This record gives sequence, C-alpha cells and structure tokens, in this order.
Amino acid sequence: MQAISRRTSERLWIAFFIFPALLIVGVIILLPLFMSLFNSLFSWRQLIRGSFAGLENFRRVFFTEPYRTRFMNAIGHNITWLLMTMLIQNTLGLFIGYLLSRRIFGSEFYKRIIFIPVLFSIVAVGFLWSLYLRPNGLVNSFLKLVGLGQYLRAWLGDEQLATPTIIIVNIWRWVGFPSLVFLAAIDNVPVDCLEAAMLDGARDSTVFFRVILPLIVPSILIITVLTIIGSLNVFEQIYTMTGLDGSPNFSTDTIGTLFYRTAFGSIDSGNPEIGIGSAIGVVIYILTLGASLLSVITLGRKEVEL
Amino acid sequence: MSIDLRAKAASPGRLIFFTLVQVFFIIYAAIIFYPLFNMVTSSFKSTREIIRFPFSLPGRLDFNNYRTVWVDKGFNRYFFNSIWITLVSMVFVLLFGSMAAYGVSRYHYRLRTGIYMLFLSGIMLPLKAAIIPLFLLMRNMGFIDKPISIILIYIAMGLPSTIFILSGFMKTIPKDLEYAARIDGCSDWAIYRRIIMPIVAPALALVSIYNAVPIWNDFFFPLVFIQNPKWKTLPLGLTTFFGQHSTDWSLLFTALTIAILPVLFLYLFMAKYFIKGMTAGAVK
Repeated sequence: MQAISRRTSERLWIAFFIFPALLIVGVIILLPLFMSLFNSLFSWRQLIRGSFAGLENFRRVFFTEPYRTRFMNAIGHNITWLLMTMLIQNTLGLFIGYLLSRRIFGSEFYKRIIFIPVLFSIVAVGFLWSLYLRPNGLVNSFLKLVGLGQYLRAWLGDEQLATPTIIIVNIWRWVGFPSLVFLAAIDNVPVDCLEAAMLDGARDSTVFFRVILPLIVPSILIITVLTIIGSLNVFEQIYTMTGLDGSPNFSTDTIGTLFYRTAFGSIDSGNPEIGIGSAIGVVIYILTLGASLLSVITLGRKEVEL
Repeated sequence: MSIDLRAKAASPGRLIFFTLVQVFFIIYAAIIFYPLFNMVTSSFKSTREIIRFPFSLPGRLDFNNYRTVWVDKGFNRYFFNSIWITLVSMVFVLLFGSMAAYGVSRYHYRLRTGIYMLFLSGIMLPLKAAIIPLFLLMRNMGFIDKPISIILIYIAMGLPSTIFILSGFMKTIPKDLEYAARIDGCSDWAIYRRIIMPIVAPALALVSIYNAVPIWNDFFFPLVFIQNPKWKTLPLGLTTFFGQHSTDWSLLFTALTIAILPVLFLYLFMAKYFIKGMTAGAVK
C-alpha cells in the first residue's frame, strides 16, 4: 500500500486544525447572519414563515405606525448614548490617560482604581445604581447631606433625566477602559518626538495638542468605533435600571430593547414579530458593519501615511 | 516615557496644577470606592436602617443575609454554574482557537487568507442581532433551556478574537524550530502541542482574560435561552432575584455583594493581567 503523499497529509492536517473552529463560527455566527437577512424578507405569523415580502418589513419599520415612532424614538436614544459617551466618557478618558502618562504621584494606584468597575457585569452595576438612584436612595440622601436638597429627583422615573442618568452610570463603569487605552497609546509616543518639542520650549498644552494628539489618532479611532458599537448594543443597562420597555413612557427605550421586545413579544404587542424583528436586526448589523469598515478604511489609510 | 518628562514641581503654576490633579484623582477614587463600600455595609443593615441612615455603619456583622442569599435563594448554584460554564467555554475557545490560529498562520495554501478573513469577520458581527435565527436554531437542536446552548454561543463568540490574537503571535515564531522538529520525526500535532503552544503561553493568558470576563458577565444569552433555575448563571440569577425581592434592600445589597466582591478580590491580586487582557483588542 502506498503511503499518502506529503501534500495530502499536509492538507489533512490543515483541515484537522481549522475544522472545529470553522464549523462553530460558521453555524453560530455566519449562518444566523444570513438567516436574519433571509427572514427579514418574508412575512411571518408567529414562528411560521409566510410568503416572500421583499422589503415590506423594512418599509414598516421606517414608515408605518406604530413601528416608525418606536424605532425613531429608540434610535434617537442610541444617538444620545453615542454623543454623551463620546463627549463625557472619552474626553474624560483622554484627560485621565494623559495625566496618568505624566507619572503623577500615585499614578499606578489610580490606574488600578479606575479600571475596577470595568470588570463588573453591566447587570450588577445597573442594579446597584438602580438602588442608589431610587427616590429614597443614596444619591438623593447624599444631595440632602451636602445641602443640595433642591436637586432631589426621581432620577430614573423622570422622562428627561432617565436616559442621561443611565448613561452616567455606564460611564462610571466604563471610563477606565478608554483611559487605559489612551494611556498605553501616549506611552507609545516616541520619546524623541516629545524631547524635541520640550527642547523647543513648547508648553505642556502645545505638546499635548500638537504632538501627542496627532500621534494617538489610531487609538482615538478604535475607541470611537468601540463606542459606536457599544451604543448600538445598549440593552442590559436599560433592562436592569428602567426595564425592558424603556420606562418611563419609552424615554429610555433603545434599539436593543425594542429589538428584544419585537423578537420575543412583550408588553408592546404580546406576540413575537419575527419579520419586523429580523429587519431591525439587519439594521443593527448594517450600522455596526458600517462603523467597523469605516475604522478599517481610515486606519488602513493612516498606516500608509505613516 | 522617560524620567525627565515627569512632572516637575518647579513653577508655582505647575504646583497648583498638580495639586488640583491629585484632588481630582482622590475624588474620583472616592466616587468608585464609596458606592462599593456602601454596598457592603448595607448588606449588614436592615432595610429600615439603609433607608433612614444610608451613611451609617452596621451595628454588628450579621452574616444571616449571606446565608439566606447564598443557600436559600440559590446563589451558590448560580455561582457554580457561572464558574463551570465559563471554564468549559474557555477550554474550547483556547483549544479550537489555538488550533485554527495554527492552521492559518503556520501553513501556506490558497484558501488561507479567505479563511482568516472569515474568522475575522466574526469579530465585527454583533451576535445579539442574530438572536432570532439563533433561537430557532437552538430550538431545532433541542438545546433550549440547556447550558449547551449558551456554551456553544460563548465558544463562537470567543473564537474570532482568539484566532486573531494568537495567529499574530504564531506568525512571529521562526520556521526553523519547526523544521528541526520535523527532522526529528514530530507530527504536525506534536509541533503544535510541544513547540508552538509553549511559546505562545503568555498570549494564551491574555486571550483567556479577554474572553473569560465577558463570558462570566454575560446576561443576554442566558436571558434568552435559560429558564430553569438549575442552570441559571450569576447575572441571570441576580436579575430573577431583583424581580422577586425588589423591596428587601438588605437582601438586594447582599446579593450584589456576592456578585461583585469575588471579582474585585481576584482583580486586586491580578490587576496587571486584567488590564492587559481586557485592553488587548484595542492596544497594540
């Protein structure tokens, strides 16, 4: 009997090494993606697929009541999430990262502290703060204690305040992440660039804006993309702090909670709506992929420039 | 950054600036620590005490609450479930992930780049958005309400980033090592197992933390797939508990402490690894 050739043997080994991962990624990640696209093009009765409907589901999500109002309301809150997170969390993170890079007294200690809540589950953090933010909770007690009694609020019960409040809680949990990513990026700035600037007598602020900032643009892009993806994925924060229907009066509803309610049926309609749900899922896919591709393209171009 | 760029306290302007910075960080540390501290102290107080005297320390350390939550309310089971589900998922993420990374980084063949890109695309796709077909898929396979449903999803979630990070490391290993082993008669498996894996061991630690933390913390997939209390994980168990005891603040703070404190302790001992592991995807 002839021994199998070296080439065949190598091919078998490659197949052996790659097959398990390929099978799992294919069945659990890629297949459901295509099924979502496929399902969104059909009309559904409960869990039974009906006739081909073209883009009807998408048309209903974007143009037909009550879906349109719910969808626009939810995606508006996702945009609020994105803007507030970029503006507060990532700016603060950049500031903290810069200060830590100056090796101020206690910086190793502070670095470890700010990263603590990053480890906690969103669920635990959400529930913890939902207790503190109740009308008779710790936050209002603290305000009363320091003489700011006129600012007592039902933080999560007020339509105007609920979304910003949840965003702030999320920033409490996550700001350590961009901080340490920016710290690592600033630490990687070549020392001779900084030394040259210092020798020229540049002020700290000039060094920061003219030397450091342009050199850490790749990290800023990565954090921006992660923030976009994170803002599209908001779900647990709402679920734990104001509930699945985005109380009060849908003022904290996001695309994630709306998607879940549509897919599995809840207070809104009672029944799962697979067609509409799949269409919303596809919209989430497209937005996420758009953000990711944007980063790949801009980052790729940046590297060519450097 | 070199030492000569450290904060110099020469001019009074700088002195004021760096004092303000210290004040900022001390306040910030308090904003992180105090809510956690208050959570622990509240777990030893009665609901009445928590609401009337939120800043007071508990009169005595009574661990009855902990027994109630841990034993009677089933948190021991939730905790154990979270541990073994995370462990089993991670074993397969590391095994299949390192094998696939080996397969795409140590051989040359036509489909290589295509397969690699296929794996990479998994990093960008939000798995939650595919929950409807995933649910139908798991239902058809009879996996609903069984841990295997979420374990399969966690393995799939972990593989793309694992393959990405590990293949990056594996590409840098010189081919000569492999040739030498091959002359000694090593099979491909032996080369993977005995030569490549020991070299990438530090990267394996990195990947483990990068993936284990999100798996341990995941709430969405158990929420969809698990109803049986026997299989609930910690985040899902916590959610059920909050639904049932929403007015018993004392027990709620105890449950939160049980969920949060172990992670905090682990972090105190391995802070460096956690920071490195969790920022691995965003830091070169």
